[in-house]
Amino acid sequence: MGKRVFVLAETKDGKLRHVSYEALTVARQVAQGGEVNCVLFGPSSVDFTDEISKYGANKLYIVNDNRVDIYTTDAYVQTVSQLVNEIEPDVILMGHTAIGKDLAPRLAARLKFGLISDCTEVVPDGDNIVFSRPIYAGKAFQKRRFRKGLVFATLRPNNFEALEKPTKTEVVLFEPTIKDLRTIVKEIVKKTAGGGDLSEAKIIVSGGRGVKSTEGFKPLQELADVLGGAVAASRGACDAEFCDYSLQIGQTGKVVTPDLYIACGISGAIQHLAGMSNSKVIVAINKDPEAPIFEIADYGIVGDLFEVVPLLTKDFKKTLTVNA
Amino acid sequence: MNILVLLKQTFDTEENIVIENGQISEENVEFIMNPYDEYAVEEAVKIKEEIGAEITAITLGPSRTASALRTALAMGADQAVLIEWDEQEADEWTASNLIAAVVKNRDFDLILGGNMAIDSGSGQVAIRVAEKLGIPHVSTITKLTLNDGTATVERDVEGDVEIVEIQLPFLATTQQGLNEPRYPSLPGIMKAKKKPLKTFSVEELSLENEDVTTATVIIDQYLPAKKQAGQILEGELQDQVSELVQILQNAAKVV
Repeated sequence: MGKRVFVLAETKDGKLRHVSYEALTVARQVAQGGEVNCVLFGPSSVDFTDEISKYGANKLYIVNDNRVDIYTTDAYVQTVSQLVNEIEPDVILMGHTAIGKDLAPRLAARLKFGLISDCTEVVPDGDNIVFSRPIYAGKAFQKRRFRKGLVFATLRPNNFEALEKPTKTEVVLFEPTIKDLRTIVKEIVKKTAGGGDLSEAKIIVSGGRGVKSTEGFKPLQELADVLGGAVAASRGACDAEFCDYSLQIGQTGKVVTPDLYIACGISGAIQHLAGMSNSKVIVAINKDPEAPIFEIADYGIVGDLFEVVPLLTKDFKKTLTVNA
Repeated sequence: MNILVLLKQTFDTEENIVIENGQISEENVEFIMNPYDEYAVEEAVKIKEEIGAEITAITLGPSRTASALRTALAMGADQAVLIEWDEQEADEWTASNLIAAVVKNRDFDLILGGNMAIDSGSGQVAIRVAEKLGIPHVSTITKLTLNDGTATVERDVEGDVEIVEIQLPFLATTQQGLNEPRYPSLPGIMKAKKKPLKTFSVEELSLENEDVTTATVIIDQYLPAKKQAGQILEGELQDQVSELVQILQNAAKVV
């Protein structure tokens, strides 16, 4: 039986977020011939209609109200609750992003729904849907399903295929009733240099205590720039104040699953491994051949990162320009 | 000022996970207070030291969970509440209903809790509690400044900082960077033993059956597939680097 699915899509820095393409693809799979609805917020939403069509949404709701230009919990919860009442979906999907993490639990509580967060696999099983998600930061996984009623999940970025399936999309302007906003966003201080969210990065160059200083992260940043990736760090590097905690990967930091994770001067404490061991390809660069990071690395170079990393940057620069 | 801190007891981050018959084994496991909740306790204690506050730490779980509450009391909380829950982990729906049932009869100006627990990692319960209480929330805060009846907070939003104004009472979920949680002092640990720790059974909270029945069911728990042993490159450093670049581009195709 076809299901009616509702996807909250997101834009960031003038682009549709990759996780939204992933969510639309999952939506089509679980809809099983049913209807995929999608919402986008903000004045530029209409520019993404073609993209949304390409990924198979049958209906795109656009919310163009200046009170949702910047995310606030109250404005979004009110708007999305009203959309849920309008669409009456069987399944709601959103990215496990800053917005998804803040909005989904609040929406679930308001509408008295269950919610399965941070899913890495979604498999239709007859009329039901089985969700897999990491626990203990990926040291283990669990499969969960809903007892009954509406299905609501957030999806971890970078874990699903984004497949095109063009369709005709009906565009609907949705005017929400928004009132009593209880938080005011005074300012947003951009600290990420356009690199975007670590959870969505395809390539991550990560540094540990072996990087030795803030200055020591420079060669890592250069390599990341050449590869179009992002820089991250281990807890050791953050605790030593080489970099900001927002870059920390691990059980008490971010959990990431990029295509390529290059660990530089990271020994590989169990807490760090929990945050990155599900990356597709792991490269370790470390002076200590006994470092535990080599046990989970696909490729390892035993050597000084300050020699290896600049050589990598140089080689990639060469080959990437040749291929370009 | 009354501050409530919602916390959870979790496995120590050093622990490996062992699964027996689909259940996560607790044998020989060291338990700690969820590290994100330590920031919440620390922030509450800092406020208490600066302007005075009565701090109540609240959790849900089997009797072993009391030790996490004692840690909070040793750090400076004044009293603690344990909701006894001996079954398999409550899902976020059930946990938030139980906690909200305890909180709604209390006075509070501020509720703090970690932005997620390092075991289940879903980050839902505190935010659900805020909704059930009808108060606003701010998530993943890295700075909290209380003014007269309002607060200015800084939030970590995917690495950027968002500065938000909000009126009390509200709930905030705490993020790394907010503070440096203290270690309980020996006198603190001694004092904690005498501080009130009240337990509630689920029956005492007189909730409807549907509020206590989980919305979701765990079907299976399993360990990820073990990674195959990797390849340590050999030879001259420049040759290793060239080989790696070649592999990543042409064999692994990740660049």
